[in-house]
Amino acid sequence: MSHQEFALNDLKRILLEGAGADEGVDLDSDILDTDFEELGYESLALLETGGRIEREYGIAFDDDAFAENRTPRALVAHVNGLLQSAA
Amino acid sequence: MTAKVVITGIGVATPNGLGVDDFWAATRIGKNAIGPVTRFDAAQYPSRLAGEIHSFTAEDHLPSRLIPQTDRMTRLALVAADCAFEDAGVKPGDIPEFDMGVVTASTSGGFEFGQNELKKLWSQGSQYVSAYQSFAWFYAVNSGQISIRNGMRGPSGVVVSDQAGGLDAIAQARRQIRKGSKLIFSGGFDASICPWGWVAQIAGGRMTTSDQPERAYLPFDADASGYVPGEGGALMILEDAEAARARGAANIYGEIAGYGATIDPKPGSGRESGLRRAIETALADADLAPGQIDVVFADAAGSPDLDRVEADALSAVFGPGGVPVTAPKTMTGRLYSGAAPVDVVSAVLAMREGLIPPTTNVTLAPEYDIDLVTGQARTASVRAALVIARGQGGFNSAVVVRAVD
Amino acid sequence: MGRRVVITGIGVLAPGGIGTKNFWSLLSEGRTATRGITFFDPSPFRSKVAAEADFDPELHGLTPQEIRRMDRAAQFGVVTAREALADSGLDLAGFDPHRAGVTIGSAVGATTGLDNEYRVVSNDGRLDLVDHTYAPSHLYNHFVPSSFAAEVAWATGAEGPATVVSTGCTSGIDSVGHAVELIREGTADIMITGATDAPISPITMACFDAIKATTPRNDDPEHASRPFDSTRNGFVLGEGSACFVLEELESAKKRGARIYAEIAGYASRCNAFHMTGLRPDGREMAEAITVALAEARMNPESIDYINAHGSGTKQNDRHETAAFKLSLGEHAYRTPVSSIKSMVGHSLGAIGSIEIAASVLAMENNVVPPTANLHTPDPECDLDYVPLTARDHRTDAVLTVGSGFGGFQSAMVLARPERSMA
Repeated sequence: MSHQEFALNDLKRILLEGAGADEGVDLDSDILDTDFEELGYESLALLETGGRIEREYGIAFDDDAFAENRTPRALVAHVNGLLQSAA
Repeated sequence: MTAKVVITGIGVATPNGLGVDDFWAATRIGKNAIGPVTRFDAAQYPSRLAGEIHSFTAEDHLPSRLIPQTDRMTRLALVAADCAFEDAGVKPGDIPEFDMGVVTASTSGGFEFGQNELKKLWSQGSQYVSAYQSFAWFYAVNSGQISIRNGMRGPSGVVVSDQAGGLDAIAQARRQIRKGSKLIFSGGFDASICPWGWVAQIAGGRMTTSDQPERAYLPFDADASGYVPGEGGALMILEDAEAARARGAANIYGEIAGYGATIDPKPGSGRESGLRRAIETALADADLAPGQIDVVFADAAGSPDLDRVEADALSAVFGPGGVPVTAPKTMTGRLYSGAAPVDVVSAVLAMREGLIPPTTNVTLAPEYDIDLVTGQARTASVRAALVIARGQGGFNSAVVVRAVD
Repeated sequence: MGRRVVITGIGVLAPGGIGTKNFWSLLSEGRTATRGITFFDPSPFRSKVAAEADFDPELHGLTPQEIRRMDRAAQFGVVTAREALADSGLDLAGFDPHRAGVTIGSAVGATTGLDNEYRVVSNDGRLDLVDHTYAPSHLYNHFVPSSFAAEVAWATGAEGPATVVSTGCTSGIDSVGHAVELIREGTADIMITGATDAPISPITMACFDAIKATTPRNDDPEHASRPFDSTRNGFVLGEGSACFVLEELESAKKRGARIYAEIAGYASRCNAFHMTGLRPDGREMAEAITVALAEARMNPESIDYINAHGSGTKQNDRHETAAFKLSLGEHAYRTPVSSIKSMVGHSLGAIGSIEIAASVLAMENNVVPPTANLHTPDPECDLDYVPLTARDHRTDAVLTVGSGFGGFQSAMVLARPERSMA
């Protein structure tokens, strides 16, 4: 269980499970620096996604985690930071 | 002046048909769709038959963004709404957003969604409950989701009166059009064939325990033993008749001409059921005499005490055997808030074809003096139809649908 | 001019204010009824505060059978409906019962009863195939909350149209609005109407936790509900009910009824935007307000008090403030606005009716209830929110509004009958 890694593919899987994908958005394209909002994920979808990440990885987000980490790259880094500090 | 309100678009999904054409092709020939429950293992329960929709794959019709946040009944309703819009030939932008609304009925909300979240709450913990639980199960969800998907910002609503609600919603939609809205979506969908919903329905004490699909749901039959639950429903587009003609509506199926509703007195009061009064009110509202009604779509509860009340009310209003009566829901089971909207659809399609669909599987018990259309469909000129819906707790609603020339 | 509809009886059951008199004392004194949850162990939840009602059904005359078969919300509804009917002095025995109807609003129906029964039949979530042998017969009444309307009809003797109106958090306004329409169009002469919800249960707390809609201010429960304050961070879940007797104006006058207020205008609109989110411009709520005023044939300037939705979430209070400005123009700045949710919490579908009761009592007393806990106004909420203490204020007409999940936005105008149609 020690130092788990959270990758973009994990995020994509969880996004798809918890919120699907907007028509016209290809999650397999280069999305690392695209705002979640632009990818079609509004606050509710991000809350669901956040809840799923928290449960699967045993971490806890601050209330403004998604306000401060608006792109997949930022969120992946944030999650890995939390995982490291928990390890 | 009260505006004439007409049906201009239909979306329907029942165990015996998806879409108007499929549904009517099955209904007119009496195609039975009751069978063993397949959505879960019902072996341990006293009731094991249902009217299930087998051929519906939500992912084929709806964006993936909507799937995780919707119960089955919402997915069915959203797809039916799309079909009704297409049928009506209305495109987004044709009608101002604030002039379009959605009024639906619900019986038990997104019960299966609720079941799954309750399970997570109690077996895993509160942090496992979905962010969508706050609305996906509640009674208002279909009106909300339909309004969002179709950009409808006008007067909207949701009524819950068990099976009678399907007609109450249509009446409320007509009210909104008379107050000035141009287009209102109305109808109802329910789909609670899941273990938790099943147990709640068993608790109601009126489900049949028969295992024979053709001998299970037998309203007005000497062997009546309760009902079989089903899933599905119908959504209709209602418009002001003049406005519909002005925009060149392709389909004007019929007019919602009359409505009446009552609730029975408290059980044990010894007073008469309010059903007769609801029927009489609907007829008076439509300005029709009983003799002008060509067919009655009965509620057909399937329990002898309730069938007795309905047969008595029909005989009192129309005279013994005074009007053809049918209950095509014997093919699908009872669809809760979806049942009466489906019957309204059947009524307008019966007008169009001149054919009364049959009450399948039933042999009329001699004690009921009603003219029940059993066996096969009956050819008839249908210009006006009465639809009856009743809900547990004593809810009685009646709607008169009239042909439009 | 068609038939006009007036309120002739009121029954209220709110946290800290059971009965109309106690309810008004709480509001006019600016006391709060929010506290740490006592109904169940709140420790696993993010939000551990609620506005709970100390309600004893037996004290309110419910029989053991009624208590057993009814969800708490149904019990509330029956108690307030009876209180309203008694308050109206109306004897339904003298009327055609089919001309008296019932509409009861509820957002989440018997959710508390369902939560409790689910635990039993699933053995705390262990069974997928839940066990029907543990299900009580009244589980069907929880499954279909139209049972609430049936119970109220049975308790009052109404036998006309009956239904539950369930439009989420605007149910309490929409239910009364629906009843008004039935009297106006001539379908009914008398309506027993209102709303009820008793949602303080683990499943409801969990679902609002999941979207961070309820406040996590667990260290200061009495001051947890802070509408329009810059420190607000979510609503406080509440419970309760209010019911009314509505009558056609002329027949109410004829029998010498006490007339509390006319329901002069009502409208509801949808945002067609998001199940939980709001468009920041408040356009749909503004539209509902404008249409309700037009129905009442009143100008924005005739509104003396705005009873706000004021849930205390970040987005709601700004949305609503924008809607008031959009619909009332400059008059929005001159009109006292307050949220009683600061005191009694947010009881979902019930609160709209409870707020109608508060609006009527404000007119009755010419006192505007305050927004409690409002110490540091949000700069983006720049209207007069009547902070902390009630205010003497001549009140002849009130606007009350609601906003809810599903995108529903509703508005109702209440007025002294002699004034509104001058």
